[in-house]
Amino acid sequence: MSSRRPVFRHPNLPKNDLGYTRRDYEGLDSTLCAGCGHDSITNAIIQACFELSIEPHRVAKLSGIGCSSKSPAYFLGKSHGINAVHGRMPSVATGANMANKDLLYIGVSGDGDTASIGMGQFVHIVRRNLNMVYIVMNNGCYGLTKGQDSATADKGSSSRKGRPNPFEAIDLCETAVQTGAGFVARGFSGDKEQLVPLLKAAMGHRGFALVDVISPCVTFNNTPASTKSYHWARDHMEATATFDFIPSRQEITTDYVEGATQNVTLHDGSVIRLHKTDNSFDVTQRWSSLEAMEQCREKGQILTGILHVNETLKDTHDILETTDKPLNTLTEKDLCPGNQVLTKISENYR
Amino acid sequence: MKKLNRINDFVIRFANVNGSGSASANNLFAKAVFRLGVPVSPKNIFPSNIQGLPTWYEVRVCEKGYLGRRGGYDFIVAVNGQTLKKDYEGLESGGYFFYDSTKSLTEDYTRKDITLIRMPLTDICNREIDNPKLRPLLKNIIYVGALAYLLDMDFSILTDSIAKQFSKKPKLAEPNIRALKLGREYASEHFAHTCELSLKRSDKLAGHILIDGNTATGLGALYGGATVAGWYPITPSTSVIEAFDKFTRQYRMDESGKRKAAIIQAEDELSAMGIALGAAWNGARAFTATSGPGVSLMTELLGLAYFSEIPVVLINVQRAGPSTGMPTRTQQSDVLACAYASHGDTKHVLLFPCDPKECFEMTAESFDLADRLQTPVIVMSDLDLGMNDHVSMPMEWDDARRYDRGKVLDRAALDSMVRDWGRYLDSDNDGICYRTYPGTHPEKGAYFTRGSSHDEYAAYTEDTDAYKRCMERLSQKFETARDLMPASHIQINANAGTLGAVFYGTTTNAANEAIEQLGEKGIVLNSLRVRGFPFKDEVRKFINSHDQVFVIEQNRDGQMRTLLITELDLLPSKLISIAHVAGTPIDALSITRSIEALLIDKPKPETPKGGAA
Ligand SMILES: Cc1ncc(C[n+]2csc(CCOP(=O)(O)OP(=O)(O)O)c2C)c(N)n1
Ligand code: SF4
Ligand SMILES: [Mg+2]
Repeated sequence: MSSRRPVFRHPNLPKNDLGYTRRDYEGLDSTLCAGCGHDSITNAIIQACFELSIEPHRVAKLSGIGCSSKSPAYFLGKSHGINAVHGRMPSVATGANMANKDLLYIGVSGDGDTASIGMGQFVHIVRRNLNMVYIVMNNGCYGLTKGQDSATADKGSSSRKGRPNPFEAIDLCETAVQTGAGFVARGFSGDKEQLVPLLKAAMGHRGFALVDVISPCVTFNNTPASTKSYHWARDHMEATATFDFIPSRQEITTDYVEGATQNVTLHDGSVIRLHKTDNSFDVTQRWSSLEAMEQCREKGQILTGILHVNETLKDTHDILETTDKPLNTLTEKDLCPGNQVLTKISENYR
Repeated sequence: MKKLNRINDFVIRFANVNGSGSASANNLFAKAVFRLGVPVSPKNIFPSNIQGLPTWYEVRVCEKGYLGRRGGYDFIVAVNGQTLKKDYEGLESGGYFFYDSTKSLTEDYTRKDITLIRMPLTDICNREIDNPKLRPLLKNIIYVGALAYLLDMDFSILTDSIAKQFSKKPKLAEPNIRALKLGREYASEHFAHTCELSLKRSDKLAGHILIDGNTATGLGALYGGATVAGWYPITPSTSVIEAFDKFTRQYRMDESGKRKAAIIQAEDELSAMGIALGAAWNGARAFTATSGPGVSLMTELLGLAYFSEIPVVLINVQRAGPSTGMPTRTQQSDVLACAYASHGDTKHVLLFPCDPKECFEMTAESFDLADRLQTPVIVMSDLDLGMNDHVSMPMEWDDARRYDRGKVLDRAALDSMVRDWGRYLDSDNDGICYRTYPGTHPEKGAYFTRGSSHDEYAAYTEDTDAYKRCMERLSQKFETARDLMPASHIQINANAGTLGAVFYGTTTNAANEAIEQLGEKGIVLNSLRVRGFPFKDEVRKFINSHDQVFVIEQNRDGQMRTLLITELDLLPSKLISIAHVAGTPIDALSITRSIEALLIDKPKPETPKGGAA
């Protein structure tokens, strides 16, 4: 067991708009290996929720199975959470979201959990555009079963086992864009400056938001020949346009130069302001996002940042035209048509 | 030759090609019998195919009210060339062979003990019906018109049915009524005094309805308050969700036209069950419906639901075998697979409806039971029950009834809580703990749901003692479930009887009829119909008070028998399996014959224990 958070409770910890301190967003002590990328992502989630002043109990945490999927126990201790079975978190999240449209759903999965056993569920939750933040803690291997290659391991990359992976890699961001996700981003667990705003933007998006985070497994896949190691990621990271995340409550100051920035207003009123650079492309177009990712892939680079945004899509509830009240709050009066109607229905079967 | 001469007591079979539109004509006939007030049980025997393969529709008419299959057929409408010979040979002696004589029979049709009824259906169609597209469909209606004459039916029943069916499109009724008349006219000109089977109006049905089990199940989910359904298409369960969808579109709309239900066609059954589980975890009443292969895919999540104590309802409309087994044929062959579905020490609550009314009641009840017990509940229907129409008493709903949402703490309850709360703390000593829904309270009641590695406070642990306590409490909960199961139906025919019969679900009608047949031969059996698992105490008592018990069911290995032996710790030799493995619904005659044969082989035990059950 290792805990990497200070135990000392400072009396004057900064508070957010709700009066909560960052501590209120923490969970249990992590039991992952010291230095595991997943713990940094956990901290980024805590930071993002704290900064956005999200009510902790209005979040539902969901995960599959794996080291990564254990993480929801380590953040937002005041929220309910569920460890589903391996690869099936998307369906469980779908049901949960159908039951109550008013919570924020944060899903945590691994690359094995999502890109292999759960690939079927993953693409379908994307197609249905379920309103949730879906975080993949992507280490290119199966941590919990001791380091086998996963389907996101790049061809030629080797883990501690030393045999280069002979198979093609699945890029979850490209898959998500192709299957219609409205928000796709990639981060690196070692780059908190970028990751926290990425998560915040994902939380502000309505519909399915994928955040694929390169998250090195220090125990099994942090070798110099691994493309999911800390140093490889640092050396090969290529950021798209840098951006500011401006929460809905904050005033937008007009200090940007026309033509050099692109503003995308999210459902909750917050704004993503992208600063165009040589690397930037039109993130609102699927084809241009895919082209940018493919170009980087060819050069052996890892493209990070916001890769795609589309705020015009309907989410699952819109598509199914469900009532505004959460379904789990409906009572007999709303749901049961009563005996008189039943008698009338029976008449049709005479 | 002696022709079969009977009123309101015969079996008529229709041999058709699937995809030829015969179903609606055959339904029209069955419905007409029903509307004459005569007990009727139609059975559709169809292939796993969309067009071109043989399909049969069998209608049993029985004034006495036996609604199971009888076995054999007395009249056949043979309009499928592929099966003509087989249909011919299977006809009961003295029966009637009605066929399309546009093409004449070959020389090997030599039976002398049956009556041939030759009707040139194709010729009539070609001559009388201008629109070639309508001919195949109307051909079926023409034979129904002919039957009306042959069986001396009240013709207005048929024309009224057509008018009712097309009440919204009266234009379509007209060619159908004309086809009926064409059939009747031809028959009256050519077949006077040919058929000695007849259908007379009766008063045997009062207030009954004719409905398929899946529609009733869908209604049960509507009334039971289900709001979320995940599903994946599979025969014979698809129409459960279709019914739920249809009824929620009618009776579950809010003022602004939005739906008070979310129905998701998932990518597979893993996902369908995941959706139901996720919704149930989050406090909605949720279910899924499937059949055998789907149950196989759902078993991992059923295990999670069992161990993490999430109420979820699964409707299993059982069928025979794998996808390339006999997927459109009926069986009761998932009993063991469902009772013990999943990994580890799992056991599930099962309900066994036997008719549409019970489909409705048990489905509605399953949501209360799942919520009360915080565990999966599986409703064990089957293809025969689900997809065939059955005469049933109408469904009823007590408007004073309230949903039992079980032990759930809301915000106020959490605030006023004086004692210690733990998600898996059994403070009432019935094995059932208090749950909370996500989003309820800012400070209290949150926990992380996972399988069985947790202590009473839902904290992760792999401690042996904690695990043992958890597993034992789940056993205790199953004991609580036993008391909540619906009562068995017990029929005592001999007070000091030594022979008993146990059956369930769609075996009921045929079993009851067989028991009467045996009674007429001096073999008296008491019976018990199982309606739920875990077995109520009366099941054990019933079996213990008889020397020999026949367990009648529709699967090869006697799965219910195995379950009874295992769960009630019974001597296997006491339970004798009467198993029907045809893929067609079980019939009374074969039960009677099997039991008779067994009793002749085995002399009765010398010291009968006797005693009333
Ligand atoms: C049905 C099933 N198959 C296999 C396993 C074993 N298993 C547990 S975790 C895991 C892989 C997890 O990999 P990933 O999702 O990448 O998570 P990581 O541990 O790398 O964070 C496997 C195969 C399981 N729990 N369930
Ligand atoms: S095995 Fe790898 S993924 Fe798992 S906790 Fe350790 S470092 Fe993290
Ligand atoms: Mg992994």
